[in-house]
Amino acid sequence: MCDQTFLAVVFGPCDKCSKEKPLRAVYIKSEQLSYCSLCVEMVWLHENETLASLKNEAETLKGKLEEERAKLHDVELHQVAERVEALGQFVMKTRRTLKGHGNKVLCMDWCKDKRRIVSSSQDGKVIVWDSFTTNKEHAVTMPCTWVMACAYAPSGCAIACGGLDNKCSVYPLTFDKNENMAAKKKSVAMHTNYLSACSFTNSDMQILTASGDGTCALWDVESGQLLQSFHGHGADVLCLDLAPSETGNTFVSGGCDKKAMVWDMRSGQCIQSFETHDSDINSVRYYPSGDAFASGSDDATCRLYDLRADREVAIYSKESIIFGASSVDFSLSGRLLFAGYNDYTINVWDVLKGSRVSILFGHENRVSTLRVSPDGTAFCSGSWDHTLRVSA
Amino acid sequence: QDMTEKELLKMELDQLKKEVKNERQMISKTGKELKEYIESMAGEDPLLKGVPEDKNPFKEKGGCMIS
Repeated sequence: MCDQTFLAVVFGPCDKCSKEKPLRAVYIKSEQLSYCSLCVEMVWLHENETLASLKNEAETLKGKLEEERAKLHDVELHQVAERVEALGQFVMKTRRTLKGHGNKVLCMDWCKDKRRIVSSSQDGKVIVWDSFTTNKEHAVTMPCTWVMACAYAPSGCAIACGGLDNKCSVYPLTFDKNENMAAKKKSVAMHTNYLSACSFTNSDMQILTASGDGTCALWDVESGQLLQSFHGHGADVLCLDLAPSETGNTFVSGGCDKKAMVWDMRSGQCIQSFETHDSDINSVRYYPSGDAFASGSDDATCRLYDLRADREVAIYSKESIIFGASSVDFSLSGRLLFAGYNDYTINVWDVLKGSRVSILFGHENRVSTLRVSPDGTAFCSGSWDHTLRVSA
Repeated sequence: QDMTEKELLKMELDQLKKEVKNERQMISKTGKELKEYIESMAGEDPLLKGVPEDKNPFKEKGGCMIS
């Protein structure tokens, strides 16, 4: 609005009050007008009042929303689960260590074949591994550093990645030794800030992206066309996850505005939003049935949100855990929640009872990414210590 | 995003107005369904119940791994 005023030695009738006075140029709704100093002040006052009243209205509505949600809060989740048998001791060990990245591992994803893994790093390299043998099958160097996002295509024939280049690019995977992987690169998504997360939808044809520019977007891979954009976060979006295919076309995103938002992919509308974390949400993951999702945050907690009760139903935290959770994923049944933390550990939580059932050590720096394999037999964690570990 | 503070607030307000009207269910009901889902799938969850060494491809097979 009035973000530019500059003194011009102009004397004449004010555009607002018509009085003959020294005038200043002001910009209102992109139109340049000449106001006297009194009228300039009045416009400023009015703007501030409007902002204040909008903020008030927002606070009132938030209060109303909380009231409505509280009406459904008749029991706690762990009370519902009182009779469920407690879990015994878990023995999980690192079974494979994938070494080869020259710098921090930032992201990883499993292939549907349950054995291949794609990972991306701060050094700009994206590597495809066979996790059974630990062999590297493909490697490509991106033109940018900090490749913060990578994903495997459902067919297993391509990977997508991006980061500080503000783009999401798709590389078809070929076993032809003569082919240069980088030559077949296809730029699909363009954001105005870094790419933080990407995921193929149910096919190789569409990609969903999240960005530091505060938006998420759905793209057609073949044409690079923007199919839908999702506006609503008030700051960088850091993560996203697609709902399991049976539950329909929605996805959840988390951001630096401490909000987790659930979106309708077709309309671009936000369906539900949750703001209970005290800091950035680094990771969101749907519960296997699609009726809930978990989040991991810099506030050192992980939380479970029930979509049909429309509220947070569990917090996974301990006084001794003070470092942020960077990534979360569920075991196959949804009973266990694996969470990687900035204090180099992985904590395993009993989703129903809210207690921690195991803690895994091994990484020598922050755990930055963690995914359970598609058939639930193992989970892979990537770290700033340059390695990935597959544990079971 | 290139939106003014006012535009961002208006967007947030519109969103809140919509969300207040969402349908919701009691946690006693939805929590029970979460628990029942887990119980129905728990038998097939390898990380939960463990898998015999010889069946899981990630467990050590003994001896050296030559890659």
